[in-house]
Amino acid sequence: MDVAKLQRQHVDLTHALFKEGFLDDQFTQLQQLQDSTNPDFVAEVVALFFEDTDRLLSELTRALEQDPVDYKKVDAYVHQFKGSSSSIGAHRVKVVCITFRTCCDEGNRQGCWQALQQVKHEFILIKSRLEVLLQLEQQILAAGGEIPFME
Amino acid sequence: MARTNISREIDAKKQLPSRAPVTPDIHVLAVDDSNIDRKVIERLLKTSSYKVTSVDSALRALEILGIEEGRSPSTANSFQVNMIITDYSMPDLTGYDLLKRIKENAGLKDIPVVIMSSENVPTRIKRCLEDGAKDFIIKPVQLEDVKRLSQHFSSTIKKSSGVVCSKRKQEIEDAQSRKIASRCPHVHELRVIA
Repeated sequence: MDVAKLQRQHVDLTHALFKEGFLDDQFTQLQQLQDSTNPDFVAEVVALFFEDTDRLLSELTRALEQDPVDYKKVDAYVHQFKGSSSSIGAHRVKVVCITFRTCCDEGNRQGCWQALQQVKHEFILIKSRLEVLLQLEQQILAAGGEIPFME
Repeated sequence: MARTNISREIDAKKQLPSRAPVTPDIHVLAVDDSNIDRKVIERLLKTSSYKVTSVDSALRALEILGIEEGRSPSTANSFQVNMIITDYSMPDLTGYDLLKRIKENAGLKDIPVVIMSSENVPTRIKRCLEDGAKDFIIKPVQLEDVKRLSQHFSSTIKKSSGVVCSKRKQEIEDAQSRKIASRCPHVHELRVIA
């Protein structure tokens, strides 16, 4: 496939992800840390984020199913999730985590359930978009091109 | 908002900020229970030419430093750690607890300790700086935060601890303001119906 066309798609997708608030400048920081000596850095961090999130979402679901709910425990998981999403630049996920923590502070079970659903939804959205982005990068590199650099 | 820049020059990709001229044999011990944060801090430190050992707990850090229970003081710092950078919130021993243990140990108390936290709590920052932390980084950690670390290796200038604390606090606040200002402006307000 035409490298320039792939690069154009990459630029357009990245631009959209930032514009729609899916990613923030922390993601750019990670991209800047990737170079020929560490060509898979972003993909590796993203993979860790996906694994970590799957684990945290299971734990959160389990914790919220308990009766009574241990809000301190729920909050601890959300705190972890907020941290990892912030470290990767997953902006919308992080924003929901902030609201989720407020619901924990208030002992608001209904609010917590809704926040969990919302954060699961946001994770599905960012995951699919990042998978497309990383796949484009692989295609660009396989075709001998350079990944476009966002300033 | 981030601008795109498809450059035809291959080297456009390699636009890392200029690296601080740090000697390659400065050994930093990074402590963080988050595997993602450990990976990021490792890469940030290695990019800045530090040698890095990363561990997932304060207890593990104490083992590396040779000050776990029952070890003799002569084993302290056999791994030649020159700086410790630690997360604040960790299960079991916190970064603050680790800081105290290091400062209580004659063989280790002069090693600069930097604390990281995702939470900007002024009383927490103040307490860490007053109790011996050289710096406090608000997460997410970025390259400019790591560049700031090199000053802790320069020759020490004797100052009153109060002056150092307030200067450091100003740097921490400035760094945080810069981070907030550079965030993506298109923040969507996500409403949770609670």
